[in-house]
Amino acid sequence: MNAFQYVRVTDHQSAIDAAMSPAAPARFLAGGTNLIDLMREGVEQPRLVIDITRLPLAVIEGRPDGGVRVGAMVRNSHLAAHPVIRERFPLLSYAVLNGASAQLRNMATTGGNLMQRTRCYYFYDTAAHCNKREPGSGCDALDGFNRMHAILGASSQCIATHPSDMCVALAALDATVNIDGPMGARVVPFADFHRLPGETPDIDHNLRRGELITSVDLPASSAGLSSVYRKVRDRASYAFALVSVGAALRIADGKIRDVRLALGGVAHKPWRAVVAERALLGAVPTRDAFARAADAELQPAVPYAHNAFKIALAKRTIVAALSELAGIDGGAE
Amino acid sequence: MSDEFAHISLRVNGAIHALTIDSRVSLLDALRDHLSLTGTKKGCNQGACGACTVLVDGERINSCLTLAIQYEDREIQTIEGLAHDGILHPMQDAFITRDGFQCGYCTPGQICSAVAMLAEWKEGVPSAVTRPDSSPQLSDDELRERMSGNLCRCGAYVGIRQAIREAMEGTSR
Repeated sequence: MNAFQYVRVTDHQSAIDAAMSPAAPARFLAGGTNLIDLMREGVEQPRLVIDITRLPLAVIEGRPDGGVRVGAMVRNSHLAAHPVIRERFPLLSYAVLNGASAQLRNMATTGGNLMQRTRCYYFYDTAAHCNKREPGSGCDALDGFNRMHAILGASSQCIATHPSDMCVALAALDATVNIDGPMGARVVPFADFHRLPGETPDIDHNLRRGELITSVDLPASSAGLSSVYRKVRDRASYAFALVSVGAALRIADGKIRDVRLALGGVAHKPWRAVVAERALLGAVPTRDAFARAADAELQPAVPYAHNAFKIALAKRTIVAALSELAGIDGGAE
Repeated sequence: MSDEFAHISLRVNGAIHALTIDSRVSLLDALRDHLSLTGTKKGCNQGACGACTVLVDGERINSCLTLAIQYEDREIQTIEGLAHDGILHPMQDAFITRDGFQCGYCTPGQICSAVAMLAEWKEGVPSAVTRPDSSPQLSDDELRERMSGNLCRCGAYVGIRQAIREAMEGTSR
């Protein structure tokens, strides 16, 4: 690990000021579950580490419009267990509980979860070529061990996936991200927070220099939906997703009146399945309808040598999740 | 390089320790190398095995994925702090009577994790296998899921689950 200066801040303006100091690169340190690991591997080499764990942002509070605001320093374990989240946004609780281990969830924060970087082996291995770690150096995953890699939205520069479970739920729930920074506060819809790799896979998200996530808002319009989070992985617990599906559904008079569908493990960012959602809205909920919607969503999928199975797996997981929500036989495992 | 060294105090098992450390030192290394509390083990050093599990303000964390300096003024408890006056914690007793280990390397982490896990269970904290209609009993599925952050390369899981169950039911002492 490279040497760095450590500062601890207790208000978020001080955090932003510190991040704008000349001692670049600076990194905000929260739970540390990803950043410390990356620093130890030499992937991240900050000169300044700004400890933000004592910012007063560990609060979950109701909003006047009926939504809920989750502070950036709320830890994953507290978020998943919070009675309001469990009752009104159960998808978020399920997704968080499917990620990592109890120890890691006690450390990891809401803001930090959004900022976690890919688990691509070639990104972690500083002896490998990786355009995300070192722009222009190439991508060893393209012709390498790419079983865990992306099938949607990738580019010839990068086929890494976003590792988060929590973010899959936030994508499905139309969350918004509250940001403060040197140019003032702004709000970013969740779908616009993370980026596809394109020609700049080194840039994971749309935060600007010095900007800090202060909270994430869950809108009232996403509350109370019947929902399920289904994660397929190589072992039953404590593993990253091959494919995950966050789904929420509201059916009235025999037709789908609201549907939310997001996928994890398939793309460089949490993948909101807007094509499938469009196909399903207003439709009669049947397995065939779910299968057609899944086919349409995965139609542009591009497999690599070792991950073609993800296309069928994603389709089946979508159908299984929606069937379970619709109470259609065969939906349960 | 003075910027990179820090004078900190850590509160471990009820005692306050003043340390001068490089800011890169993890809580795990501070405990083992600076305070000679070697009960906490270094397994993977990347948050994948749970051998380094300690309790901070009663909650279990991986001490490897930390900077010690972040944990100033927090109440840190390690395996050395579980026994009192020569009397083992009921979870330690249960691991012995139920053979909850073979080589013993993961055991301090398993025990610290299990102590916090039971506290979480009693508070009604859900897990990934908890359903609204789940049994109020701590099923084997719940135990496996809640303890999945602690790997045992010897595969002593059957004994570990029996030990936790025994400690929970208070039958070990």
